[in-house]
Amino acid sequence: MHNEHSDTHFQSRIDNGEHIEAKDYMPEGYRKHLIRQISQHAHSEVIGMQPEGNWITRAPSLRAKQILLAKIQDEGGHGLYLYSAAETLGVSRAELIENLQSGKAKYSSIFNYPALNWADIGAIGWLVDGAAIVNQVSLQRTSYGPYSRAMVRICKEESFHQRQGYEIMTKMMRGTKDQQAMAQDAMNRWWWPSLMMFGPHDTDSPHSSDAVKWKIKRETNDELRQKFIDKTIPQAELIGLTIPDNNFSLDEKTGHYKISPINWDEFYRVIAGHGPCNKQRVDHHIKFHEEGAWVREAAVAYKQKHVKKELETA
Amino acid sequence: MTTKDATYTYTLRLGDDALILGHRLSELCSRGPILEEDLALTNVALDMIGRAQALLKYAADIEGKGKTDDDIAYRRAEINYCNHLLIEQPNGDFAHTIARQLFVSVFEFLFYTELEKSRDETLAAIASKTIKEIKYHMQHAIDWTLRLGDGTSESHKRMQTAVNDLWMYTGELFEMDEVDAQLMRDGIAVDLIPIKAQWHNDIKTVLNKATLLMPEDTYMQTGSKKGIHTENLGHILSEMQYLQRAYPDATW
Ligand SMILES: [Fe+2]
Ligand SMILES: [Fe+2]
Ligand SMILES: [Fe+2]
Repeated sequence: MHNEHSDTHFQSRIDNGEHIEAKDYMPEGYRKHLIRQISQHAHSEVIGMQPEGNWITRAPSLRAKQILLAKIQDEGGHGLYLYSAAETLGVSRAELIENLQSGKAKYSSIFNYPALNWADIGAIGWLVDGAAIVNQVSLQRTSYGPYSRAMVRICKEESFHQRQGYEIMTKMMRGTKDQQAMAQDAMNRWWWPSLMMFGPHDTDSPHSSDAVKWKIKRETNDELRQKFIDKTIPQAELIGLTIPDNNFSLDEKTGHYKISPINWDEFYRVIAGHGPCNKQRVDHHIKFHEEGAWVREAAVAYKQKHVKKELETA
Repeated sequence: MTTKDATYTYTLRLGDDALILGHRLSELCSRGPILEEDLALTNVALDMIGRAQALLKYAADIEGKGKTDDDIAYRRAEINYCNHLLIEQPNGDFAHTIARQLFVSVFEFLFYTELEKSRDETLAAIASKTIKEIKYHMQHAIDWTLRLGDGTSESHKRMQTAVNDLWMYTGELFEMDEVDAQLMRDGIAVDLIPIKAQWHNDIKTVLNKATLLMPEDTYMQTGSKKGIHTENLGHILSEMQYLQRAYPDATW
């Protein structure tokens, strides 16, 4: 017998490569996994506005300022699509924001690092958006329809961000000694954290197996990380940046780069809340959310008054 | 004064308004009361900086010394900036941001509608591009003025305070000097006398609808046409110009 509300039927749809839509049956674990992953992704877009926002008022040219503003605006827009995708699973944006602010929900740990010089804006676009794209291109084929469609839209913009970031790095490496030093400093600080963005090794990753079975995740952390490394090292070398790793090498047989071990202690320390900016990022979000409360209340009050007026005159 | 010199100053004044307000609004990134509003304010900032770029580039062309728009934006001293005092006022709370935007956008809507008819073709072209953006900025500011004025008692109070606080900087928007006089004779500049009356009317209508009071007329602050600013501008410039000043040989 075929039951549309059974987990076996659900799994067979997944195995057939079908998209799951908001109103379709899905196991509770699938729904929970998606809410966690999509909201974490949405929060990352929004929290990521802070380190880049840190340089907007100091952007060194009118063009640079416009590109950076437009990029941050894109990221905020990605946050909006993703909150909407999460809402299709039956959670409200208010709940999601509450979880972010209470620390119950995570966001990408990369944004717990500070943006210290102008080249950091280049490094974030090139490395952080670059790593995000590798992950997101893979997520375009994720099994949940609304998430997959959000990813298709987002990926187009992310590749712009990556190119614009690389352009900043290139310009600085072709610039004065000071500019080159800034670019290398940014590279030194962002390289390893960007590799950590893919998460722990497959053998140590707690969420992987269900996510792979449900085709939420289409490739493993290590596969994605390797793609990023292989694509990025030649780009760095092309503009004269040094990879901050004394022992990386190209395996001629496989065509893949091998790197030194990643410092997972640092990764877990930052996730646990002890990165340089964890407290600052969440405090900032809470501060401006609270300062905006009276504005949101006014908008609601105004709407209620005027809906009433319209009803009375109708 | 030659028409060329006057046009340079006139263009610079318009460019500086767009540049400094764009900067002020860009400070709000990730600080909006709600994500949608963060994006809306960023949009206004982007329009302003785009307009600044067009105007400052034109100013550089008129000057003819081989400078770029960036040289003009990032390498001038405070006293050489000629944006209106209202423009450089701090963002304050959201009510102050909106009140400043309302005053500016209603002014700019009237102003750029006239500038579209300017005999200076470049200014007219910039005006016709920017007027579409200004309509959106103005509508956004009016919508929020209504919501805040006629929202809760707290929002009403904050909005009235903001309108009152910024009122003394609005008189300067309508000041004219020998640059305006010269260019009005040439059919290039906009006569601000009819615009002042229309602006008063329009602002009064919006404030009334928002259940807010029109502020009493008071002493109007002045000075920007002579390079005399409030203390705010120096801080804006020290941030904005930091990299260009610290690394004068670098290109970005
Ligand atoms: Fe994004
Ligand atoms: Fe991103
Ligand atoms: Fe991005």
